[in-house]
Amino acid sequence: MTRRVNRISPFNITSLALGLAFLYLPIVILVIYSFNASRLVTVWGGWSLRWYTEFFNDRAMLDAAWMSLRVAAVSATVATLLGTLAAIGLARGERFKGRSLFSGMLYAPLVMPEVISGLSLLLLFVALSAERGFWTVTLAHTTLTMCFVTVVVQSRLASIDRSLEEAAMDLGCDPVRAFLSVTLPLIVPAIVAGWMLAFTLSLDDVVIASFTTGPGSATLPIRIYSEVRLGVKPQINAICTMVIALIAVVIVIASFASKLSSSQGESAAPL
Amino acid sequence: MTEESPEITPKADGIADPAKPEPPPQAPVSPAPQFELAADMPLLRIEGVGKTFGSFRAVDRLSLDIRAGEFFALLGPSGCGKTTLLRMLAGFETPDEGRILLGAKDIAQVPPHLRPVNMMFQNYALFPHLSVRDNIAFGLKRAGMARDEIATRVAEMVALVKLEGMEKRKPDQLSGGQKQRVALARSLARRPQVLLLDEPLAALDKKLRESTQLELMDLQRRLGMTFIIVTHDQEEAMTMASRIGVMDAGRLEQVATPRELYEAPHSRWVAEFIGDVNLFDGEVGWRENNRLLVTTREGVTLAVTEPRQRVTKATVCVAIRPEKVKLSRRAPVSDAANTHAINRLEGVVTDVSYLGGLTAYKVKLESGAVVRASVANTARLDIDAYLAGQRVMAWFAPDDCMVLEQ
Amino acid sequence: MSARSIFARPARLAAIAPYLWMVLFFLVPFGFVLKISLSQTAIAQPPYVPLFDLTAGWAAIKAALSELSLDNFKLLVSDSLYISSYLRSIFVAVTSTAILLLIGYPIAYGMARLPQRWQPIAMMLVIVPFWTSFLIRIYAWINILQHDGLLNKMLLALHIVSTPVVWLSTDTAMYIGIVYSYLPFMILPLYATLAKMDGALIEAASDLGASPGRAFWLVTFPLSLPGVGAGALLCFIPIVGEFVIPDLLAGSGSMMIGQTLWLEFFTNKDWPVASAAAVALLLLLIPPLLLYDRLQRRTLRGGG
Repeated sequence: MTRRVNRISPFNITSLALGLAFLYLPIVILVIYSFNASRLVTVWGGWSLRWYTEFFNDRAMLDAAWMSLRVAAVSATVATLLGTLAAIGLARGERFKGRSLFSGMLYAPLVMPEVISGLSLLLLFVALSAERGFWTVTLAHTTLTMCFVTVVVQSRLASIDRSLEEAAMDLGCDPVRAFLSVTLPLIVPAIVAGWMLAFTLSLDDVVIASFTTGPGSATLPIRIYSEVRLGVKPQINAICTMVIALIAVVIVIASFASKLSSSQGESAAPL
Repeated sequence: MTEESPEITPKADGIADPAKPEPPPQAPVSPAPQFELAADMPLLRIEGVGKTFGSFRAVDRLSLDIRAGEFFALLGPSGCGKTTLLRMLAGFETPDEGRILLGAKDIAQVPPHLRPVNMMFQNYALFPHLSVRDNIAFGLKRAGMARDEIATRVAEMVALVKLEGMEKRKPDQLSGGQKQRVALARSLARRPQVLLLDEPLAALDKKLRESTQLELMDLQRRLGMTFIIVTHDQEEAMTMASRIGVMDAGRLEQVATPRELYEAPHSRWVAEFIGDVNLFDGEVGWRENNRLLVTTREGVTLAVTEPRQRVTKATVCVAIRPEKVKLSRRAPVSDAANTHAINRLEGVVTDVSYLGGLTAYKVKLESGAVVRASVANTARLDIDAYLAGQRVMAWFAPDDCMVLEQ
Repeated sequence: MSARSIFARPARLAAIAPYLWMVLFFLVPFGFVLKISLSQTAIAQPPYVPLFDLTAGWAAIKAALSELSLDNFKLLVSDSLYISSYLRSIFVAVTSTAILLLIGYPIAYGMARLPQRWQPIAMMLVIVPFWTSFLIRIYAWINILQHDGLLNKMLLALHIVSTPVVWLSTDTAMYIGIVYSYLPFMILPLYATLAKMDGALIEAASDLGASPGRAFWLVTFPLSLPGVGAGALLCFIPIVGEFVIPDLLAGSGSMMIGQTLWLEFFTNKDWPVASAAAVALLLLLIPPLLLYDRLQRRTLRGGG
């Protein structure tokens, strides 16, 4: 079927261009100013990498960055595993007892204000008298981000033709084999996208981490946040630029990986 | 090459079954029945099978026998239960009641991966991440076949469906017709005892569909396999199948050869479903030799040949196919033997549709009833054509009339 | 039974681990919030009594239950600080959602009208900023909005203003930050409904005599309402509880409920009151959450 060719009207182009400029300009400005030689964040003093070297000499910042990376990697991996299993249960489990509670618990955190999630998890950790630090933050992030993984993987599963699984069973696979040999390869791009999303969400979070971490184990966003509260500093521009670069690299690698793993026409949406 | 296994082995060869000894290897393209059947025993016997979804009765206590080597078509409008029946044969749905006997074994409760039947899906269901070769080899690997054996079988299948040189392609690099062939090769690779085809040609365009129909028939004859096809396209069913089961509302209306279905439908529903038909409701007047005289509601008396099975009811329906209705400007010359018998209906042509090979006319009778007639265009020039508004005589022989008792 | 139900059993087994996880780390913690919101403040570590003590058995639990009180909720409704932050949250969320709709709709509409092959690219462009850190995006705006930031420099250079405008620590800055952060959440559901709309409908409308404007108001807009609803709720719900954006960009004059909760928790160390604020916030969010759920179900059923 051929879809009618949409005409490009000036109004449409303008609104799109303005919208995209609004979305991108602030980030571009931030990146450019991270290379500013001047200490004054608003005066352009020529190109320089001094704020980057300053970051690499800042012990506390480096520790926070390392903590954040570890939390993001571990929580994203666990969240991807759990989220994928949850998606399978929702997409293929048909009706079962407690299904609506299950989907409710998985969908609510997507829009739930972080202050509530953070506070409630903290109260749980206190009640369990768990020592707060790396593991509590990782647990909290896993809980939040697995819901996003579930949504991404579930929508991919829903788009897969069920007759593929039936064909696999017809050709001699039991249900588990049919899933592993046919469905799983097809949802790999969504699983990869889910991991990326979980990783970046974890790397981004201030509120939940503030509630669930303990003294002496601040994550990078917590440190950035406390610095930002005091005003703009060129070093923060540099750190933010590096975080953006890291996320860009993760996205590029992951989209390559998912392209390689599946050369089928449809590629997973990044959300 | 090797002889057929004499015992009943209700599994496709090569599929491991701990309970039964491995059947001997088969000839490259082997005839299907892998066990001997008693002379009167069907390969597949469906006995009182029923399936309900919620409050919807999809299949209603249906019984049907299918013989080995048959090309059987399940034909019916959408929602008639034909696909549900096919899915129960494949194992994707389990019947609520009844038995499905393959040979002597009831497979109604056997899950799909343990059944010696395979299915070709309507949308082909080719695995998009696997090449043509891996798609065809998929079922063989599951059966635990040796690597070199798989390679031989895949090559054989690729040759069978004429896809040489395409083995490494992925499904999305194939045309619709090629995909259809891969799906066919994949479902044939395990040499199922029965191949189920769910609307296998629906996704192809008309030209390709016609040539593929012939290829499928040729393949089925060569392999001697049992094919069960589901279709809503009566032309397709009539072309390919040796027998057709017409389904409506979860029941089989009639099971017969294509010719029988068309020329001797059992019911008004089947007569209307298969092809075009003129129907006249009426009362049986009197009998004379093997003739019945039926007075229609419009007050016309029609002479019809009494079917082999004698008519018992007083109220019947006379059906006549449009191509058996002749038109002429004047009443046909009376043949002495036929004078009283020929049914003549006088009327006015109201509609003329030129369709190439034939022309379809609608003739309005004085009683108000409309008779449809289709006339083959045997000459290039339109000397025989009738015009709208013209008075004509529509006539037909008693032998061409069908008497339906419902 | 069917092939689907053969499949369903192992799928349900797969869901056991995430199910237990969510019960333990999502549902149970709410129980704690509810319970602590009903308990007394104490100067202790942790700063509340009574602590849930399973080892003491039923008697202790009964005793604990008798000590539950609604004092914290009474405080919430009697103290004008809480009421005003509650109202402000709703006001800010409603205003922001309205602005987001006004800005997001034309963008989504523009995307949906793009030639087919450009649409995925446009969608990527809208989603990518969502991947970059939320905190960083707010920080980027602080860069621009500060006293001698780019915005003021530009306005001065263009002689639009003669003295630098105070942007930071104002509601304007906060609205800019909120709109900036939540724009993709508004655009994507809108785009989803607009993109799948049949272009022939508009042609049919103009064929029947509607001007382009009327065709939009009579056909396109009513049909896009599910997308409008989804986008609005997707933005409204988290904005109500927003903390970081008002904290960094708005003035210190009045607070949103998320900020109040944070303040009670981290500064005043009043955990019971913070928990009560959380419960109150949750109660506020339940109606829109249910509405969103219903909308989603209807879209799914409508074959969307």
